[in-house]
Amino acid sequence: MALLEIRGLNKSYQDHRVLTNIDFTVETGEFLSVIGPSGAGKSTLLRCINRLVEADSGEILFNGENILTLGRKSLRKERANIGMIFQHYNLVPRLTVIENVLHGRFGYKSTLQGMFGIFSEEEKERAFYLLEKLGIAEHAYKRCDQLSGGQQQRVGICRALIQDPKLILCDEPIASLDPHSSKVIMDYLKSITEEMGITCIVNLHQVEVAQSYSHRIIGLNKGHLVFNGPNRQLDTHHIGEVYGMDTRELITV
Amino acid sequence: MLTDQKRLSRKWQHLFLLIIVCCFTWLSIEMVQFDFYQSLLAIPTAGLWMVENLWITADTWREFPDIMLKLVETILMSVAATTIAAFISFFLGISGSTTTRRNGLMAGLSRGIASVARNIPVVAWALILLLSFGQNSLTGFLALFVGTVGFLTRAFMETIDEVGLKPFEALTATGATYFQVISKAVIPQALPQMLSWMLFMIETNIRSATLVGILTGTGIGYTFDLYYKTLNYEAVALVTLLIILTVIAIELTSNRIRKVIL
Ligand SMILES: Nc1ncnc2c1ncn2[C@@H]1O[C@H](COP(=O)(O)OP(=O)(O)O)[C@@H](O)[C@H]1O
Ligand SMILES: [Mg+2]
Repeated sequence: MALLEIRGLNKSYQDHRVLTNIDFTVETGEFLSVIGPSGAGKSTLLRCINRLVEADSGEILFNGENILTLGRKSLRKERANIGMIFQHYNLVPRLTVIENVLHGRFGYKSTLQGMFGIFSEEEKERAFYLLEKLGIAEHAYKRCDQLSGGQQQRVGICRALIQDPKLILCDEPIASLDPHSSKVIMDYLKSITEEMGITCIVNLHQVEVAQSYSHRIIGLNKGHLVFNGPNRQLDTHHIGEVYGMDTRELITV
Repeated sequence: MLTDQKRLSRKWQHLFLLIIVCCFTWLSIEMVQFDFYQSLLAIPTAGLWMVENLWITADTWREFPDIMLKLVETILMSVAATTIAAFISFFLGISGSTTTRRNGLMAGLSRGIASVARNIPVVAWALILLLSFGQNSLTGFLALFVGTVGFLTRAFMETIDEVGLKPFEALTATGATYFQVISKAVIPQALPQMLSWMLFMIETNIRSATLVGILTGTGIGYTFDLYYKTLNYEAVALVTLLIILTVIAIELTSNRIRKVIL
């Protein structure tokens, strides 16, 4: 059974259709990239999966359960199984790195435990282990706003990993980073899939990055799925289709 | 880039606006028959009167303990009104902010309360409340309280708005509950700014409390009024001096606190 199966997904804002009839499946352990011009609906697609955005119609089967019909409690449980990484990291800037990482455990805690910040020794050890793994353990007690972009994104990855997720959604994780940090982050994401077997869906706007990292690529254009295949299948013709223009134009841009 | 033509028309707009303001000022002066020249002439005379009458002598210092007692009472009342108002505003701010609001009705309600409470001046509140509660310290307290709820709710809402949706979304995505998100993403980020607004309101309220006290017959305002009406101008001067010193002291203290928390 596929880990994630999306069927006939539609979403519009007022009269503006953002996603039209999206169908695709994602297998466990896959590294999937979603490409497309800005405004194509990549972020909206990702946000429908963990219901930060409510879809209009369709089905999103995650682990065989339809996410779109879950009640509040079970939605919370499923969200804990899905990590998310953002373009702007979305940390709480005034809090320390370790505090931000532990936020990833809230999905498993009662409201009061969360509000009073009660974490087990195991959870704290795990947080430090992850910081160590991502090479930022020395910054554990620094405030997040004192870190560089690349370091903040690594904190974001730790926060997602401590959830013990089956799936991680990454919305343009490297769009605000310099080339070096971008490579570091992409390498970490790739190793998450390969070493931990966690499935990753990554929104990207750099085609070459998508081609060199992913198993499979999905192309969106104006809310339509126009490409779905292994990365080597994505040739200039397909790229032109995704970006809605001549490839030669794309290269000179 | 602005084209030259646009820049020129912008210039004319400004000139036009200036002329309108001038006309309006002149018209208003004519209408209320405010004689600018005469008022200018009155300034030296008034200054002379102040120097002659508002002279604090050793005698006046006998009133010092009484005045201090009232002053402390006023400060405590301002602090109490502000902190209790801040507590209420905190909840109104969370239910009204675009980041944290949960339903439109509550949001509209808290915005409405904030707007009504804020747009009526504290003195007007004092006069209105005077009718139903009479001349006592509760009236003064309520007047400050209502005005402060209005101001702080608005300030807190904007502070929470500024925190933005980003951490809120990130924590929601981990499966956190609404209250976990509020207490761990929104509050840590907004609290220092909120405390800063609260300190600002304490300063403002100590100032307003004097004025409100004159109306409600309580606190330092009452003392001021009493000396004023009994023509004890030296004591009036002393009261004024002490109020000024207090306000400065409070302002310095809160600036210190701000430096630490922000
Ligand atoms: N909250 C919203 N309200 C209205 N329109 C939105 C909203 N969010 C996104 N959109 C619109 O949906 C379209 C797709 O947006 P998005 O999913 O962010 O695209 P991408 O991530 O591919 O750049 C855009 O045209 C955008 O203007
Ligand atoms: Mg986007």
